[in-house]
Amino acid sequence: MTARDATPSAVAPAADHSSGPTLTSAAPADGAGGGIGAPTTSAAGSGSRSAASTADIEVAGHRSPATSSRLTALGSRLASFVVAALWAVVGLAVFVALWQFATRGSTAVPGPLDSARTLGDLLSRPFFNTTNDKGIGLHLYISLRRVFLGFGLAALVGITLGLIMGAVRPVWSALNPLVQVLRPVSPLAWFPIWLYIIEEPAQSAVIVIFITALWPTLINTAAGAGAIPRDQRNVALVFKFRPLAYLWHVLIPNALPSIITGLRLSMGIGWMVIVAVEMLQGNSGIGYFVWNSYNALELDKVVAVIVLIGVVGLVLDAILLMLSRWVTPEEVHG
Amino acid sequence: MTIAINGVRKSFRRRGHAPQEVLRGVDLTIDSGEFVSFIGHSGCGKSTLLNIVGGLVKADSGTVRVDGQPVAGPGPDRAMVFQNYSLLPWLSLRQNVRVAVQESRPDWKRARVDEMVERYLTAVSLWEHRNKRPGQVSGGMAQRAAVARAFAVAPRTLLLDEPFGALDALTRSRLQQQLVDLWDSESETETVLMVTHGLDEAILLADRIVVMANLPYPSVRTTIDVPIPRPRNRTTIVHHPAYDGIQKQLVDLLIADNDVELAEAAAA
Ligand SMILES: Nc1ncnc2c1ncn2[C@@H]1O[C@H](COP(=O)(O)OP(=O)(O)OP(=O)(O)O)[C@@H](O)[C@H]1O
Ligand SMILES: [Mg+2]
Repeated sequence: MTARDATPSAVAPAADHSSGPTLTSAAPADGAGGGIGAPTTSAAGSGSRSAASTADIEVAGHRSPATSSRLTALGSRLASFVVAALWAVVGLAVFVALWQFATRGSTAVPGPLDSARTLGDLLSRPFFNTTNDKGIGLHLYISLRRVFLGFGLAALVGITLGLIMGAVRPVWSALNPLVQVLRPVSPLAWFPIWLYIIEEPAQSAVIVIFITALWPTLINTAAGAGAIPRDQRNVALVFKFRPLAYLWHVLIPNALPSIITGLRLSMGIGWMVIVAVEMLQGNSGIGYFVWNSYNALELDKVVAVIVLIGVVGLVLDAILLMLSRWVTPEEVHG
Repeated sequence: MTIAINGVRKSFRRRGHAPQEVLRGVDLTIDSGEFVSFIGHSGCGKSTLLNIVGGLVKADSGTVRVDGQPVAGPGPDRAMVFQNYSLLPWLSLRQNVRVAVQESRPDWKRARVDEMVERYLTAVSLWEHRNKRPGQVSGGMAQRAAVARAFAVAPRTLLLDEPFGALDALTRSRLQQQLVDLWDSESETETVLMVTHGLDEAILLADRIVVMANLPYPSVRTTIDVPIPRPRNRTTIVHHPAYDGIQKQLVDLLIADNDVELAEAAAA
């Protein structure tokens, strides 16, 4: 109450001192309830204010602090979301316009309209399957299957090994140099070896994805499992936690956020690498589709598939992001 | 359990700093059944000494023997209440106590485990909050849960690092009473080592008060006996003829230590 009842004259001098717009707009947010006096400040102050604090001022005028602040929060979030979405549309529009401009008059390089048409075309019959041609849906399915297989295998091995590496010092020392040397190697460099050993391109592709996905998962898991807070380790020591309890109540919960981060990275890189592997391996999958379209000089298909690859990658990442939000504990103290 | 501390030294080394001497030759014997309080300024090494007895920190030299055996590591026979509570953040309060009991007492039957968990969570008035996680309770509640966890494993020795620091006066005095009851009773808990900042608390609870000091004497300064008969009562204890003397002695020691520190700081 006191802050809102403050007379303008009591508040105005503060506005004079804080001349920068950032300072004035920060004041109402920090001051929480007391900050409601701020409208006077801002009215007296400069006119340059963010959208969010403008909403503050309007609602504060209604004088029901509890609900209004909640409404304000919701309103300002909605407002900033709408603004962001508008800018996204603007960005897209500019990009498409530039694209159109750059490809005007060219017959070989497709413009946005051609590409959109081709994309619609491809998506209209995604699962057709003849002896020498397949629908894009099938290719996508094949690629996704390979990625999931390799990724799943990598998650299994990477998480298990990573937890052991993080928890047992000698294992860390034994494996870390090896991992550090192998990690920067492009997973495609392994492809000939697998191809030679397995003699089966499709399985070799899965193995390449496995290698790709292994390092980020392994390294992140090991890092997470190696950074157990000292007080939690002490609890486990004093109360003689047996291995299973330590794993379940200390190691995994602590490592979980970094495990998910590792999985997210792995999935992202795996989805990139699969295209390259399939270009090399050449009989199915989106990478094959891209290469095949290039050979047939159908660049519009290439562009259409690029869009598809991007969208699928986005969805995959969004799923893992949701997972990570779900497992990350809320504010923890004590 | 008899705890014999002999010539224990400990320095901490940090990169870019001169080694910091925290304990310089601590000699102390704590008899089985004794209740000993540790008092001293912040940073004088009370937690460090307790951690060494607990087996969590290795002394640079010197020995700690428990019933004649050198301390090899931590264990539930010397259960600790950590200064920062140290609850596992993903487990409910009940789970925190329960897991500790299950793990440190693998030979206990399920019913016994459940009984101990319930008894001590009830004793610290947390039974109705048992399903909350540490992040969802106040600091004082977290501290009480840590106390319940240490009591519930029926340790022979309790190592308490400012166990009641975050509690209001009423709760504190109730828990002090429970601590004394536990220690007094036929339970397994015989010996208690307790770090505290409260002079009254130390006098109320302890048989002996160990006063520790900062540099330039980072060690045990003195030990003071508390010859007040039990059961003690916080209101009548102050009328005991020995009370004022002990309190004055403690205050003088702490002030003297403080003066030395201030002088050091001024000289530096
Ligand atoms: N792991 C560590 N590494 C480096 N220095 C440490 C470490 N643990 C403790 N110290 C230092 O040792 C000194 C004693 O610490 P300790 O925690 O034992 O003090 P304390 O007497 O328990 O203090 P308080 O009353 O504030 O809890 C402090 O100066 C601290 O900075
Ligand atoms: Mg301490």
